[in-house]
Amino acid sequence: MNSAPEEHITHRHEEIMANIQQRRIRGKVWQALFYLATTIAVLALVILILNIFNSVFGYVLIENDVEPETLVASGNLEDMENRELIALLEENLSTGLIRRFNSEGPLEERSTEDLARLVQQRIINPTIIESWSLWESIFEQDEIRTTRSENSGTVLQFRSWLTIDFLRSPQNPRPQLAGIRTAFLGSLWMILIVMVISFPIGVASAIYLEEYARADKWYNRIIEVNIYNLAGVPSIIFGLLGLAIFVRLLGGITQGRTIVSAGMTLSLLILPIIIINSREAIKAVPASLRESSYGVGATKWQTIWHHILPASFDRILTGTILAISRAVGETAPLVVVGASTFITVDPDSIFSKFTTLPIQIYQWSARPQEQFRNVAGAAIIVLLVLMLSMNAAAIITRNRIAKNRRV
Amino acid sequence: MEATLAMQTKNLDFYYGTFQALHDVSLNFMRSHVTALIGPSGCGKSTLLRCLNRMNDLIPETRADGEVYFNDQNIYTEDVDPVEVRRRVGMVFQKPNPFPKSVYENIAWGARINGFRGDMDELVETSLKKCALWDEVKDKLKQNALELSGGQQQRLCIARAIAVEPDVILMDEPTSALDPISTAKIEDLITELKQRYTIIIVTHNMQQAGRVSDQTAFFLNGWIIEAGDTKDIFFNPREERTEAYISGRFG
Repeated sequence: MNSAPEEHITHRHEEIMANIQQRRIRGKVWQALFYLATTIAVLALVILILNIFNSVFGYVLIENDVEPETLVASGNLEDMENRELIALLEENLSTGLIRRFNSEGPLEERSTEDLARLVQQRIINPTIIESWSLWESIFEQDEIRTTRSENSGTVLQFRSWLTIDFLRSPQNPRPQLAGIRTAFLGSLWMILIVMVISFPIGVASAIYLEEYARADKWYNRIIEVNIYNLAGVPSIIFGLLGLAIFVRLLGGITQGRTIVSAGMTLSLLILPIIIINSREAIKAVPASLRESSYGVGATKWQTIWHHILPASFDRILTGTILAISRAVGETAPLVVVGASTFITVDPDSIFSKFTTLPIQIYQWSARPQEQFRNVAGAAIIVLLVLMLSMNAAAIITRNRIAKNRRV
Repeated sequence: MEATLAMQTKNLDFYYGTFQALHDVSLNFMRSHVTALIGPSGCGKSTLLRCLNRMNDLIPETRADGEVYFNDQNIYTEDVDPVEVRRRVGMVFQKPNPFPKSVYENIAWGARINGFRGDMDELVETSLKKCALWDEVKDKLKQNALELSGGQQQRLCIARAIAVEPDVILMDEPTSALDPISTAKIEDLITELKQRYTIIIVTHNMQQAGRVSDQTAFFLNGWIIEAGDTKDIFFNPREERTEAYISGRFG
């Protein structure tokens, strides 16, 4: 008589164990899928980074007009005296060119380093006739040596395309002399303008929509829906808008295809993102904080200024910086608005002609000379470092503010 | 001694959208008395409390019909500023919600935004002393208020409320998140404070209502079922439903 319930219990037990096993297996399958997805993502990133580094380092075959050893025994131009370098320049270059150098800065007053660079560029005049990627430099050295032996009078050099000179020099039609300076400064100007325009407008709109606008009014709903839609509009359309409004219509103020036109276009582009992010940040402030403020007789503005903004500022700031780093990476709208294709003059005001890092990268990668691919790779690293440091700044700022606020 | 009226509701209806949360509530709140609002969850007692300082204005799509008198002034007329109402009818919430600022600033902020010009240090000290909190926090004034214990935070919230010198203090289940010892301290404080302030308290704790209140109103589904002196409500209720709720047969 006693065995029946016991049997039942054992049976139940087995059933439950089988069920648990089944659920475990299902969980494991999902876990494996998540793992796979993450692996694919990480792999893609690693390949991207390797690909960039692959083009930035590698052997180059250089042909010099004049071997440096024939000018100075050590082969290092900076071992020479200033007057020797000047003599070399005057001997080899046209008087017109010398006069131009003198008008930029008298040769007698220039540093040895500067003079040596002039000699290097104008007299030795190295030309890269062949370049190899990092991969080829490591695994195809036989082929590289063959190429070298076929070209007599050339020097094989392992070159990093990302150098201090690359950061300091402006654009140049010759890849080994081309630099990022103008584009980098252009991007910095752009960040400044976008920040000054889009941050206050974006945050103010978010405050209005979240705190003041009545959600039950039809026009507020239309505004809200349209902001979300604007955030999804392709950036090239913003470029066309910027061209029509800032370059053409307001050309008298913006002076046409200038940094300020481009900056305003990008500001428009990221404004919806900043508004959405800031609204989410404000929405995340707990109702209890509002109530405690209203409860002691605070007005709406006092509540917003003293409690809601301080409590949401870290998230607002993070959202804004992430939006701005998106603007830094934009290319299409700037092409439409009219970034300069070739510019060597540093931008010095908001009305300067400009180019930015992504534009420069795009142009270099479109050039026929293979060496510009290496230059573009170096510029990509600069752009990535710029964006990563902005994102890092966002995270650090957020953590610092959050630490002060919460316990 | 005839007690005077501090607040009064007349035929108050309240709606969340189309849902009617209060039906024809007419209730008197005596000056320097403690009035307890009791009833099961969702009966409208918190809604009524939040009508008394127009806190419900903050919730969109709500509507109040009827009159709420504070010092013979209907606070639901056009010309009344809810900010002024909230200064004079302070509030303490269910979950302690001090500002994420220093203890000192928690007290000082409300006074400052209301244009207080006197000695702030003194105001902070007297407000904290009234709430029996001064000895515990006098060395921690610069500390973040969120570092205090839950009971201390709630007493700080009461101190914050009285620092702006209200006439009435509304308390929405002020001890429901606290341990028994902290609860006892708050209850002592309420008895202390009623000398100077009119206190209206929502509570789920029958013993608490019995201990601290002078008058009690029992709510059910948005209606007042019974209101009167606490000892009558507890020991001699006229309504069967009141007795059933108080003795724990439902709710």
